[in-house]
Amino acid sequence: MSAQTSEHKTMSVKLIVWRQKGPNEPGRFETHVAKGITEHHSFLEMLDVVNEDLIKQGKDPIAFDHDCREGICGTCSAVVNGVPHGGQKRTTLCQLHMRKFKDGDAIYLEPWRARAFPIIRDLVVNRGALDKLIQAAGYVSCHTGGVPDANAIPISKPDSDYAMDAAECIGCGACVAACPNGAAMLFAGAKVAQFAALPQGQVEAPERVAAMIQAMQECGFGNCTNHYECQAVCPKDVDVKFIARLNREFHKALFKAKAGTFTPIGE
Amino acid sequence: MRLFSDSIGRKAVVAVTGLFMLLFVVTHLLGNSTIFAGPDGINAYAEKLRGLGPFVLVFRIFMAAMLVLHVIFAILLTLENRAANPGKYAVKKMLKATFAGETMIWTGLLLLAFIVYHLLQFTLHITPDVVLGNDAKNRVDVFTMVFSSLRITPIALVYVAAMVTLFLHLSHGIQSIFQTLGLNNEKTMPQFGMLGKLLSALFLVGYSAIPVLILAGILAK
Repeated sequence: MSAQTSEHKTMSVKLIVWRQKGPNEPGRFETHVAKGITEHHSFLEMLDVVNEDLIKQGKDPIAFDHDCREGICGTCSAVVNGVPHGGQKRTTLCQLHMRKFKDGDAIYLEPWRARAFPIIRDLVVNRGALDKLIQAAGYVSCHTGGVPDANAIPISKPDSDYAMDAAECIGCGACVAACPNGAAMLFAGAKVAQFAALPQGQVEAPERVAAMIQAMQECGFGNCTNHYECQAVCPKDVDVKFIARLNREFHKALFKAKAGTFTPIGE
Repeated sequence: MRLFSDSIGRKAVVAVTGLFMLLFVVTHLLGNSTIFAGPDGINAYAEKLRGLGPFVLVFRIFMAAMLVLHVIFAILLTLENRAANPGKYAVKKMLKATFAGETMIWTGLLLLAFIVYHLLQFTLHITPDVVLGNDAKNRVDVFTMVFSSLRITPIALVYVAAMVTLFLHLSHGIQSIFQTLGLNNEKTMPQFGMLGKLLSALFLVGYSAIPVLILAGILAK
């Protein structure tokens, strides 16, 4: 798909990209020009083109996270022109295409920035804090045995739809990156709501919300101030109503005596 | 589960104390609007309030406690939030956040300063502009006191500016109460948002009307 043979017009964009060698190294912006880009290149493919060029020049390629490249794994992560995932509604960065940009555009590219997500290198951050939330409270601690018969536990359609909507979260962390407070309330809210909507999760609902909130604080996430930037950038459009549910579950748990004794995983 | 130390617990404290202050803002506007009935209206109203005796003191202590808790926890949460976000994006574009939402701590602090001024003026009567006296029926002449101060243009402007600040604070704050207390769902969210904007606009118009009408010479003795 080179510029000479392709029937598609090519374009060049100027990348102003954050470069940082390691977690404790100072970072800085570097400018690179991505040449020969077509409208069909995904954003990550455009970065691949730039990196191949950098490698040929004997320079370090730009480190960035990616995996499935089909918008479902939640691995890709970068803030493009001030918006996590680039600002196309319900779209991960890997599914953002260069047709959204114009020839000659300058594109700022930065990593997720939040205290809970330390930078590993360039655009790669450590999102292990989200795993800690799951380890703290993102499961049901009872033994479930084999696959149960369908409809053995009746669950209404609205409840199952609600739980599925919450479970749509792919854990990319864009909500935290967009939040002015570096809060993970949308992620935590989606998990808490997903379980609270289902009979299997309701048993431990008070313990779960207590453990989740404690883990959020320990990981260094901030507090929600209801700006709703999180939903606006969420590639799965996870609704902020789940944050209200998280708050509601917290208030319900306040009045339960035994809250705070969630069985740690593996016990 | 700790109300005063868990993140969501402290948010709830801000929301509940905010809710009580919101109810006060409603009551205070209803009380203040007796001024539109002229000196007899607001002086009679003030006399009634004074007649409640110890209830007024209890009410004042309660409102002071709400204010103190609201301010302390809002500042604590804001400091935590600043720490949780290094805020070093070279370019950051907000998609949904509003000016009102982003400036809550500043509008809040401005309102705190206004409340202190307002209390020094019309409750403790220690600002130089305050005119104290009794009316013909030997009641405290609240009308003259308010009228004499608010017809001074800079003071009237301070009041209008404070009400614009209140409008900003509450246009984000009211819908936030419902979200933080977990009373929201996707259907009610736009409704609470609208309620917040309508109420804050009503407060802006209702409260500002007093200094504006006095300055314009429409509300006079």
